[in-house]
Amino acid sequence: MMYPGDFHYTKDHEWVQVKGDLATVGITEFAQKQLGDVVYVELPAIGTQLEAHQTIGVIESVKAVSDVYSPVSGEVVEVNKELDGSPELANQDPHGKGWIIRLKIKNKSEIEELMSASDYEKFLEGIEV
Amino acid sequence: MKKTRLNEYHQKLGAKMIEFFGWEMPVEFKGIIAEHLAVRTHAGLFDVSHMGEIIISGKDALAFIQHLTPNDASRLAQNQAQYTALTTPQGTFVDDMLVYCLSPEKYFLVVNASNSDKDYAWILNHKAGFDVTVENASDAYTQLALQGPYSQQILQPLTDINLAEMRPFWFAQGKVSGVEALVSRTGYTGEDGFEIYTISQTPGILWEAVLKQGKDYGILAIGLGARDTLRLEAKLMLYGNDIDETTTVLEADLKWVVKFKKGDFLGRDVLQKQLDEGLRRKIVGFELLEKGIARPRYPVFIKGETESQVSSGTFSPYLKKSIGLAYLPLEQTEIGTEFEIGIRDKRVKAKVIPTPFYKRADKA
Repeated sequence: MMYPGDFHYTKDHEWVQVKGDLATVGITEFAQKQLGDVVYVELPAIGTQLEAHQTIGVIESVKAVSDVYSPVSGEVVEVNKELDGSPELANQDPHGKGWIIRLKIKNKSEIEELMSASDYEKFLEGIEV
Repeated sequence: MKKTRLNEYHQKLGAKMIEFFGWEMPVEFKGIIAEHLAVRTHAGLFDVSHMGEIIISGKDALAFIQHLTPNDASRLAQNQAQYTALTTPQGTFVDDMLVYCLSPEKYFLVVNASNSDKDYAWILNHKAGFDVTVENASDAYTQLALQGPYSQQILQPLTDINLAEMRPFWFAQGKVSGVEALVSRTGYTGEDGFEIYTISQTPGILWEAVLKQGKDYGILAIGLGARDTLRLEAKLMLYGNDIDETTTVLEADLKWVVKFKKGDFLGRDVLQKQLDEGLRRKIVGFELLEKGIARPRYPVFIKGETESQVSSGTFSPYLKKSIGLAYLPLEQTEIGTEFEIGIRDKRVKAKVIPTPFYKRADKA
């Protein structure tokens, strides 16, 4: 599975794509496979201030409730309302249409602490049986 | 972890495996929602070999079973089964189970995987004075469940047993794909279907034959994830969640299982008293009125006060809404009663609704 090269990744299987001072966040292909069929996504309110590693909200599959953590600090400026009616987008297109929130970020240097696509792929090799 | 004799087949199909009460079992194959919908609209095949099987035989087999259970086993003809329970003297559940009458002196009990050792010990501890032999045959049996509207069309070509004549809760013994088996028209999904029991050392032949025969009917292999969502839609109890040693058979809304007139049985007096005095609480079905999913052990609030907990809850793949079960005080159990469920830091509105949540269109 090729993970997008312009994304950065966390150990909790979130990705973030930064364009200017806007960051889009979602969960990775690995995460959606682990979760199974997503049936509900709890999104934060617009304007919420998040710190890196803070809980954005919750993603629920039939069997599990999973916290989603923000990879970077910032203010929530947009949430993916499509996930309300079609939570399965998180399974079908986790790196694209299944994005979760957009943040106006404070500190671009936080990105440096995250994994690159190749680091993330190596990380996955370490955990997959 | 214990493995069923079909474990390698699940691995080959790429199933997501989990541990379930000491067993390595498939929780999903293609995906819980796809599997759930396949059973409702086509067919699904489950490996449920982790369930327990206990055989009670002897002169006093019937009398012993009558003593241990609230339902009336004397009503069973040879080749007939019934849903019942092992009750404590308090009228609560040691387990729920099916009892199959193999012959007037031989009964086959099918019990929950989570309780098979406990049930066997319980039965042994209560057999004094009864001329019976009790055998724990759980490890010998492979059990498959074929469930869904096309079950009969799929299974009939594979067996010499006449399935069209088999009424619900009846069974027969014969061959399925050349393998000796007991086939019953029973299941845990709310659909028509069959459970197949065999002590064959090569049950994989059966598993593969049914999947192959069912291919044109859209059959899928089904894991424990969809097994749970299916049984909940059909309002079938899950031991440990909805029933246990603290809930009486009447509180669990299973009054139909209790045949007081049949004679004495463990817990009869307590249940009779409960019937006479009225229940204090009862299990009900609910749906959420706001967004969210209610899960087991989430708190239930009535008029702001903590009352009980959700016993079972999920997002129903077929009905596409959040449903669940909970014990409420009797005065709150009327259909339409609203209450609240704590989901993380929110209170989410819920309403008591009729059950079963799903009932299949009447089958001939």
